[in-house]
Amino acid sequence: MSMDLSISRHWRRKYSIYRLQAARCKACGRVHYPPRPACPYCGSRDLELVELPKHGKLVSFTKVYAVPEGARAQSPVYVGLVDLGATKVVAELTDITDQTQPKEGMEVEAVLRRTRVDGEAGLIYYALKFRPAIGVPDV
Amino acid sequence: MPGPQAGIHGWGAYIPIYRLPLSEIARTWGWHPEQYKGLAVEEKAVAGPDEDATTMGYEAARNAIARAQIKPSEIQAVFFGTESKPYAVKPSATIIAEALGITPLTMASDLEFACRAASEGMRALSGMASSGLIKYGLVIGSDTAQANPGDVLEFTAASGAAAFVIGPTSGAAAIIEDSVTFVTDTPDFWRRAQEPYPLHGEGFTGEPAYFYHIKNAVKTLFDKSGLRPTDFKYAIFHQPNGKFPLKVGQDLGFTMEQLKDGLVTPMIGNTYNASALMGFAKVLDKAKPGDRILLAPFGSGAGSDAYSIVVTDAVEAKKPLAPTVDQYLARKVTIDYSAYSKNRGIIYVIK
Repeated sequence: MSMDLSISRHWRRKYSIYRLQAARCKACGRVHYPPRPACPYCGSRDLELVELPKHGKLVSFTKVYAVPEGARAQSPVYVGLVDLGATKVVAELTDITDQTQPKEGMEVEAVLRRTRVDGEAGLIYYALKFRPAIGVPDV
Repeated sequence: MPGPQAGIHGWGAYIPIYRLPLSEIARTWGWHPEQYKGLAVEEKAVAGPDEDATTMGYEAARNAIARAQIKPSEIQAVFFGTESKPYAVKPSATIIAEALGITPLTMASDLEFACRAASEGMRALSGMASSGLIKYGLVIGSDTAQANPGDVLEFTAASGAAAFVIGPTSGAAAIIEDSVTFVTDTPDFWRRAQEPYPLHGEGFTGEPAYFYHIKNAVKTLFDKSGLRPTDFKYAIFHQPNGKFPLKVGQDLGFTMEQLKDGLVTPMIGNTYNASALMGFAKVLDKAKPGDRILLAPFGSGAGSDAYSIVVTDAVEAKKPLAPTVDQYLARKVTIDYSAYSKNRGIIYVIK
């Protein structure tokens, strides 16, 4: 591994990264993402795993020019705060062009994309990213 | 005698947002400005910098599963047909199956047969579903087609995906009532294991490969089933360019009226494993119950399948459940040759 990527960390978090798996606290009812051992709001460890909807509204975003190694082809990288109802998530945005600029309040949907690539021979890291919605359904 | 029958429960497509006008390729590489006009293609779909055959196949599959109205965990086989595998060794089928919630109780593999690997998967799933080995299977055709920069192939090599959920005939949007496959060893097009770009066997690409295999597959289907061109509302063929599917269709006795709705290559280029299958998805977006469809994908090396498919009443309720091919065709942003080069990794970069 030439980069600060961890194969095992990506594998451990694959359900959060691929399917937006979050945790709902059975004590206080709040949802957090990605799942942690204890509820960040009330400290309870009585949690259940839930899948978040893949459609939401863009709350805010930023444009990153200083991209990490392995993501130069994707520069600039847009990162957004997306409101999915039960909770908000921070995720990359994609399909952002001169004609499809992000706007606060924009409807967005999660699709699978490459997030980083480890050189010529290493692993390809996939993750859900959000793009301006065209109506791809949840399954 | 028709063979065992299977149903198509869901269909889905995906086309990336970016389009490269072919005039950009001619300008960059010093082709005559009219060089590509005979291909009947004006622009091609290009995958973005964070896309590959796996990510495109994921989206097409998500659309297909939504239209099938089943839980992803009900799928027991995932066949991924591509000739632009992101990994030489590591299946794309498992990545897509995991990301869609199909794992772990499923078969999953990547198939290779140039542009008809996914069609082979579709025919295999038909047999598996009709035999009862599985209830539902997912087949995906997806390619970020490669071409040596400056080669004529670059004009048409495009990106896109199509996917179908195959299962029992009951409740299906369309029934695969019969099918045949016709293959030979033909040196029309290949890519060696470590090579980034394919080569084509010049004189072999047209008559001895594309036309010979498709015509024999379709004629065998006609002989076997007793069907004739007039029995079909639509006919869809593999589309390496805008001209070949019209010529092979007309040679087989089909009219322009039967051929036009299944064409996608004139708008976005050749999406290889998704080429004929995306045409099929586009036809299902508008087909009516009772319509009979001829589908004949082709792959170099070489071989063709011919399917006779009949649309059922269930098609109408499924149409609005996912974006149509026309919606993806309309969603486009034009890019220049430099953006295309970066997106497709043509620029040599030390990583």
